[in-house]
Amino acid sequence: MSTTGTTAARTTEPGRAENTAALKRIVGAVGVQNISLIIAIAIVVAVIGFQNPLFFTVPNLRVIGTAIAVVGLLAVVQTIVIILGALDISVGSVAGLTSVASAMIFTSTSSAVLGVLGAVAIGIVCGLINGLIIVFGRVNPVIATLATLAAFKGVAQLVSDGRAQGYTGADPFFVFLARGTLLGVPTLIWVLVLVAVVAHVVLRYSTIGRNIYAVGGNNIASRLGGININRYIIGVYMVTGAVAAIAGVLITARTGSGQPISGSEGLELQAITAAALGGAALKGGKGAIAGTILAVILLGVLTNGMTLLGVNTFWQNVAQGVLLVVAVIIQQLRSGERRIGIPG
Amino acid sequence: MTHTTMALRATGITKNFGPVKALRGVELELHRGRVTALMGENGAGKSTLLKILNGDFKPDTGQLLIDGRPVDFSDPSDARAAGLRVIAQEPEIIEAVSVAENIFVGNLGSLRFSRNALIRRTREELTRWGFDRVLRAETIGSELSPAQRQIVEIMRAVVSRPQIICFDEPTSSLGDEEVALLFALIRQLQADGIAVAYVSHRMAEIFQLADTITVLRDGAFVGTKEVAETTHDELVRMMVGRDLDQFFHRDPAPLGETVLALEAVGNQHVSGIDIEVRAGEVVGIAGLVGAGRSELMKTIAGDFPITEGRISISGKQVAIKQPSDSIRAGIGFAPEERKAEALLLQRSVRDNAALVVLKSLSRWIFVNSRAEKALAQDYITRLRIRTPSAEQLVGNLSGGNQQKVVLARWLATKPKLLLLDEPTRGIDVGAKSEIYAIIDELAHQGVAVLVVSSELPEVLGISDRIYVMAEGRISGELPRAAATEERILALAMNEEVSA
Repeated sequence: MSTTGTTAARTTEPGRAENTAALKRIVGAVGVQNISLIIAIAIVVAVIGFQNPLFFTVPNLRVIGTAIAVVGLLAVVQTIVIILGALDISVGSVAGLTSVASAMIFTSTSSAVLGVLGAVAIGIVCGLINGLIIVFGRVNPVIATLATLAAFKGVAQLVSDGRAQGYTGADPFFVFLARGTLLGVPTLIWVLVLVAVVAHVVLRYSTIGRNIYAVGGNNIASRLGGININRYIIGVYMVTGAVAAIAGVLITARTGSGQPISGSEGLELQAITAAALGGAALKGGKGAIAGTILAVILLGVLTNGMTLLGVNTFWQNVAQGVLLVVAVIIQQLRSGERRIGIPG
Repeated sequence: MTHTTMALRATGITKNFGPVKALRGVELELHRGRVTALMGENGAGKSTLLKILNGDFKPDTGQLLIDGRPVDFSDPSDARAAGLRVIAQEPEIIEAVSVAENIFVGNLGSLRFSRNALIRRTREELTRWGFDRVLRAETIGSELSPAQRQIVEIMRAVVSRPQIICFDEPTSSLGDEEVALLFALIRQLQADGIAVAYVSHRMAEIFQLADTITVLRDGAFVGTKEVAETTHDELVRMMVGRDLDQFFHRDPAPLGETVLALEAVGNQHVSGIDIEVRAGEVVGIAGLVGAGRSELMKTIAGDFPITEGRISISGKQVAIKQPSDSIRAGIGFAPEERKAEALLLQRSVRDNAALVVLKSLSRWIFVNSRAEKALAQDYITRLRIRTPSAEQLVGNLSGGNQQKVVLARWLATKPKLLLLDEPTRGIDVGAKSEIYAIIDELAHQGVAVLVVSSELPEVLGISDRIYVMAEGRISGELPRAAATEERILALAMNEEVSA
């Protein structure tokens, strides 16, 4: 072949190599998972926006933002639980119970602060119960929180008599939570951002976060390394309860009253789906808040889009289920596990 | 050599697990009516080869021929259909059902309809193979001893009348009587024209049983010899690949204070343990599988708290109730199951190295990542951990480098005492030699080292003193000068030799 051709190839090669190296570095820093999610969001936004220009209006973006705040909170803590190698199915029920509790405490004391604190305290107790059942009752986390999902829901129905409780729509604090803005951004979003940032910083940069990854990655190694595993499990479930309670308060604020079931039922599924889509490995030891938040945005945009396009809500449920399964299948295929027996 | 028929031929088998080359171009021939021994050190690739024969793994390259026809197994049922059975070293027993059902599991056929027929058939088979005296068809799985479990696993294979049988260290859990029965069974298989492969570390067995011997080293094929034409020394040279003297580094250092002292220590796993380790001393613990060596290590490390006796560190009694107590007392522990019990495979070398000292690298709860990186980098250099960077995931490293990461984690705590359980298991010869050098250097720095090893040459090569364990107790103590493989084995097999 001609020599000029080879020289030309040789001269262009370093430049191209540098480009691919830079690209690799960017992909490495952001992560394949996150890039896939960003691309998916872009596609969904483009498709929906093309079909219905209403999608891009500021009010609609605000609707999406406020809709994802509650799910987002639960997805963030669910991610921490999953990194620890466990699962918390009861988050929706805790949110329902604390929604009712915050409204009822507020109604009887007329203090929003007491309502919020009371709800958070109840959430922490719920998490403590989950943690104790798992650690000392030796009950598998899925079964333990499946049981408390039913039980906490029952308690919420008992104390509320199955009805919406109280009226918070006139209290300035609850109104600020539900409809207020800071710097033009809804308060609900600020709450999510705050919790997500704290979770991200703790997971990424603190000894606590690092030990959570360690326990989820290999609990025997963690134990032999001197980590008090039980304390971490119970602690993470208590934090989960507290954040689920904040979600419950937001539900109360948005609807103007305490809701035992509506507004919180099914949130666990969305939270787990978001965490799995965001790259948290259900085996534990792997996952990040950034991925979960991207997945929450993707799910929010999808739900909103389906509503705008007039898709039957029943189909939305089907889509939700399909998404969770697909997210986990992708995860498992990437881990290269053999297809034999019941997966670990 | 008389003319025989080849039953199985494996040529050019290679298998990689990530960067680890488990097998590189292995050759194996099994002939009808002949016993072929497969030998090699731990990590030589014997188990990987057997797993390929069993259809658990697919080889990356190479070919398997059975009766001259190429075969391609995608799971163990394919191997069975081709008349090949591999007998597992650690049998899976269904605890809730009888020996009969355990033997015929997955192979019940018409026996599923009648329990009486199943029991009768099992009794016939047990009698036929000579195991009727040591195993009853009705015994429930959970009541079986390790030896009986192994016999069930062997029966599972022979009742399906395979043409090729591979044994993976079948005698490791058997007593003398059962070993004699097993050898009789293998002779019978031979007479029936079955091709037998036999993996074992025990030279005496090999010379008693085998017709030919194939040796592997570091995943490579070293050679095949007729038993009549080889010697013990030649086989050792083939397996180790160099003289043992160059291989082990141990240059005894002056001893310091007594760092670890156990007095009459006992719990559910071990009893009456009296041992001492001094600063600068490397003490070996030898014994057979199941003698309680790993349990003793975990007892000292606080994972199995003691119920009797006393543990003292540097002359002061310490209460060790959980691993964090032993870490505080200056003890570091590298467990036997590196991947399952020590490493966070999905995390970086940096994360793994800093795991135990994370708090000291932090201000309040925030990790000082610069200090952490410096720590990891320091040990990567000092222990010569071969990794592209401190950010590489530990799961991508080879076994030897993974072990060095575990050592780095504990060296970072500046321990007085290091407990190393099978520190060179499953790692290649080069890395082994480096680990020995690290142990020797640590002893020179005044660290007390307690090493459990199943490889006698290793225990003899690196220890200043050796304790031998049997049935959860210390059955004897040997100074370096008096220790030989024979003496260790005698103590390991019979606890009355010296108490």
